[in-house]
Amino acid sequence: MFRKLAPYIKKYKIYAILSPIMMILEVASDIVIPVLMAKIVDVGIAGADGQYVIRMGLIMIALALFGGVMGTWSSHIGAMAGFGTAAEIRKAAYASIQQYSFANIDKLSAPSLITRLTTDAEQVGQVTMMSLRMAIRAPFLMIFALIMALYINGRLALIFFGAIPALALALVVILRKAMPLFQLMQEKIDRVNAVVQEQLAGIRVIKSFNRQKESEDAFMERNKDLRDTAIRAINLIVAFMPVMFLVVYICIIFVLWFGGKMVMAGTMGSGDLIAFITYISQIMMALMMLSMYFMMYTRASASTNRLIEVIHTKSEIQEPDNPVQEVRDGSIVFENVSFKYPGYRENILKNIHLTLQAGEVIGIIGSTGSSKSTLVQMIPRLYDVDEGSVKVGGVDVRNYSLAALREAIGFVLQNNTLVSGTIRSNMQWGDEQVTDEKIIEALRQAQAWEFVSQYEDGLDHRVEQGGNNFSGGQKQRLTIARALIKQPKILILDDSTSAVDMTTDAKLRQTFCAELKGVTTIIIAQRVASIRDADQIIVMEEGRVDAKGTHGELLEKSEVYREIFDSQQKGLAVS
Amino acid sequence: MKKQGQKSKVTAAKPMKTVGRLLGYFRYNKAMLLGGILLVAFSSLAQVGANGMLSPLIDSIATHRDWNAFLRSLVVMVGLIVLLVVGQYFGSRMLAQLAQKTVYIIRSEMIEKVLSLPVSYFDNHTHGETMSSFTNDVDMLNQALEHSVGQILISIVTFAGTISMMILLSPLLTGVVVLSLGGMMLIMQFIARMSGKYFRRRQQMTAQLNGYVEEMISAQKVIKVFNYEERAKNSFDEQAEELRRISTRASTFGVMAMPVMGNLSFVMYSLVAMSGAFLAMGGVITIGNIAAFLQYTRVISRPIVQVSNLLNLLFAAIAGAERIFHILDMEPEEMDAGDVQLEKNGEGRRDLCWRVPQKDGTIKNVSVQGDIRFTEVDFGYTKDKLVLQDISLYAKPGQKIAFVGSTGAGKTTITNLINRFYEIEDGQITVDGIDIQRIKKRDLRSIMSVVLQDVRLFQGTIAENIRYGRLDATDEEVVHAAKSANAHHFISKMEQGYETVLDADGSGLSQGERQLISIARAAIADPIILIMDEATSSVDTRTEQLIEKGMDRLMEGRTTFVIAHRLSTIRRSNAILVLEQGRIVERGDHDDLMAMKGRYYDLNVGTAELD
Repeated sequence: MFRKLAPYIKKYKIYAILSPIMMILEVASDIVIPVLMAKIVDVGIAGADGQYVIRMGLIMIALALFGGVMGTWSSHIGAMAGFGTAAEIRKAAYASIQQYSFANIDKLSAPSLITRLTTDAEQVGQVTMMSLRMAIRAPFLMIFALIMALYINGRLALIFFGAIPALALALVVILRKAMPLFQLMQEKIDRVNAVVQEQLAGIRVIKSFNRQKESEDAFMERNKDLRDTAIRAINLIVAFMPVMFLVVYICIIFVLWFGGKMVMAGTMGSGDLIAFITYISQIMMALMMLSMYFMMYTRASASTNRLIEVIHTKSEIQEPDNPVQEVRDGSIVFENVSFKYPGYRENILKNIHLTLQAGEVIGIIGSTGSSKSTLVQMIPRLYDVDEGSVKVGGVDVRNYSLAALREAIGFVLQNNTLVSGTIRSNMQWGDEQVTDEKIIEALRQAQAWEFVSQYEDGLDHRVEQGGNNFSGGQKQRLTIARALIKQPKILILDDSTSAVDMTTDAKLRQTFCAELKGVTTIIIAQRVASIRDADQIIVMEEGRVDAKGTHGELLEKSEVYREIFDSQQKGLAVS
Repeated sequence: MKKQGQKSKVTAAKPMKTVGRLLGYFRYNKAMLLGGILLVAFSSLAQVGANGMLSPLIDSIATHRDWNAFLRSLVVMVGLIVLLVVGQYFGSRMLAQLAQKTVYIIRSEMIEKVLSLPVSYFDNHTHGETMSSFTNDVDMLNQALEHSVGQILISIVTFAGTISMMILLSPLLTGVVVLSLGGMMLIMQFIARMSGKYFRRRQQMTAQLNGYVEEMISAQKVIKVFNYEERAKNSFDEQAEELRRISTRASTFGVMAMPVMGNLSFVMYSLVAMSGAFLAMGGVITIGNIAAFLQYTRVISRPIVQVSNLLNLLFAAIAGAERIFHILDMEPEEMDAGDVQLEKNGEGRRDLCWRVPQKDGTIKNVSVQGDIRFTEVDFGYTKDKLVLQDISLYAKPGQKIAFVGSTGAGKTTITNLINRFYEIEDGQITVDGIDIQRIKKRDLRSIMSVVLQDVRLFQGTIAENIRYGRLDATDEEVVHAAKSANAHHFISKMEQGYETVLDADGSGLSQGERQLISIARAAIADPIILIMDEATSSVDTRTEQLIEKGMDRLMEGRTTFVIAHRLSTIRRSNAILVLEQGRIVERGDHDDLMAMKGRYYDLNVGTAELD
């Protein structure tokens, strides 16, 4: 785990090194104290030397205070190193996500990414800090205690060499058995959560079919399962402490037995015996720490892997070596383009040939699932084609620098979102330095100024998370304005006026025709009315271009188009 | 951010009350609680005793030189150790099991409550919010119960036992210890206060960062098309750094407790050794006393450190428990309120009648027909804003009623009033002439089926998902329902057929296939009243045709409410209601409405053009 974390610790290396050093000093000072105590008993009391007692006592207190300062300091820098590492890995993961393609985001899924950036990063911070503390402290404490024990009485210290392996063995056995159970428990927890998630999502179905009782039963089954697994794991893990106590006290008994004999024989001072027992307590503490640490370590190790996965996932959409930095014009050419999403069997786009002139208004129409959205997402390289090529301004999109390409394209996504802030801060997504006049201009073009100007605070009006304080139609107009601020060469509107009423929709179209001269505008729509005036209309059907031409031409030659048109003439286009 | 605001408000409630309520859950396993407490207390006392044995042990060899006395004491000590180990194992096992069982009960109560909450609760609370109570809050509680109950008990008993033993051994030395302990507590208190302060700030900052991540990751695709990556990174980095600073501070104080207490206990150890030496030289105490005392000073600081470490966990758990109780205290939907209930009226599944008590005490049976009337109904999701106003309509048994209007006009809302997902503000809705407020909700909903645009299937086989509509349906009936929904064809083409296991949410099937299964699910319920809300709006044309056939068959002989954009469905309706901003603006059949050249005509022909 730490090898993987190494690059992120680097910035805080100095702390990561200093912290254990100071802690070793703390351990060392703690370890000397019992020896001095033994001296007090064996030399001071035996010789009734008050002066000696005071001198030794003061040294002991000084050592303890020194240890305290070192320990505190060490934990402070340890925390710095731990949370510094967490911040670094968090930033690295977020930066990596920024280069993700849409396919990456789809695969790792937003909720999972969120957990990784929050909970998992937190875990890593905690455990790094703890590692610096416990994982280094415990072994040193043990080694020092052993050395001191050997120094006091080598023969008696032999007991440790029997006891420590015995204890370690017991711990390993328990952990070995408990770990799979804990993993199993985690799975059971996931199962419980999955069922809750499913029921929350389906609550209306549950209620309308009166299935509360059955849903509860389904939950209870998994809940029981979880409880039983948890109890099994716990039955094992509670043995931990008693076993430890058992071994430690057996040690103490042995020490008393053999040590007692030595004291009787006069080969050992009783003070030394007491010190010995103190060391046993210390070794026990160290072991307790180690075992606690191992539990944390396994959890954090999984977290680290999840974060590393985020960082190592590389977008398959990569910049070329010598990227073209400038998009010449807004012409677009699709040459024999085929594409499928990863994991799909069939192609979603099938041998698409299209030529769109710069400055044209293009309408795309077709039923749901005919891959209209997929088609336009090829243009800013949100996905890469599998076959063929897409050219913008005469250059293959794969030869541009991504920033330059996307800078030239204003894209209003189907599920567009605003982010919390103000209207102004949202508009600045299009251009950081944009002036208020330009913003108002864009809002006006997008038919959004009429309601924005109603707000007392105007451009400073609050936007809540996801833009949820606006109606669907208002949100769509704001997102169109945001795209216009980029002053793009190509503007793509993916079904972006579905919630806008007819009149406003018509006004919008007028703007696109009159004011966006020279901008290639691609409009995906459900309603024929939205695109009938386009220079070119493309009819999509099951991933293919069924027909293209003007409204009049298509009425003549495309059956699909005529069907759509007829149904909307006579029928409804309400959705 | 709003969410977090609410949460912290909940946290500010009375912690003692929460703890009391939490302890109340132990009543289900009283024997276990009692046994656990006794055993753990017992073993803690045994430990105190075992440590105390050091005094006679050391004295017997150091002072009296009596090996036999030494052996006798050693045997006593071994006995105490056995008690300690056995007691601790079984005691903590019982307490830990108790924690698991308690969490199990709490989880059960939560799901029962959540499932019984009215639909409006789910409008106002995101799934994530409710999920987080099930995961984080319950997890916190679990940890706290598992570790803290036993630990706190051990700490109290050990502390009390050790102090009494110390007083027995030497009141004077105990004075030294008590004084040092007092100092330690003061320092501890300071550390706890500081760490508490920064801990809270850290929680806030974490919540803020989580909120930011949640929002930005959801908007990640927008970020891409706007080249916003660098700016997003910078603002994230800033917040990550801020969190780092606060976390470091919080943890410094949190982790500091260990070395501070550890080393202060060594100061105490030194003081005891020193003063003990003088007392021993004065003959007041023996060397054995010092040995035992020193062991005690090592032991006594542990409970304090442990309890203070547990406090953070405890506070977090109490905050979680408060959120859990907040859910448990919600008002559930009354499923069995009302004096009218459904009864069987013959052999057939659809031979049903309403048992309606009359004012004079007699009971009138009204046969279930599916006649629905709205009389001047007003409704709003919040009191101050009506979304439906003055809605009056009727549907005679077997009639089809279509709702038409732009998004947000209130079409779906009307259908949600029929099955009483929401309660109306004013007016009346009747089924077969009976006010639906008088009918038990369970019965009301059992005569209706809903097919929604957003299909929800559950984990299980296809057969189980269809049978969801009527649990006692036979296999033949399942197949029959699938056939009538046009779903049989694709199901039988699958390798495992009806036994194909669907993942949660039916992934692995296309949207259209899932919709067909949901139609089969509605069909098998054989409802009197059918509600179809945009059931075909998000599937492609080819599947739509399939679904339409299934739906048409399903609608036969049932009172049906349709929200759709498909002409043929709407056209064949007995009545079309055009909604605009929560009001019915036009009504009639297709030809009437087209002749009116009103809103319906506009919507159809799309003449709402500029020119």
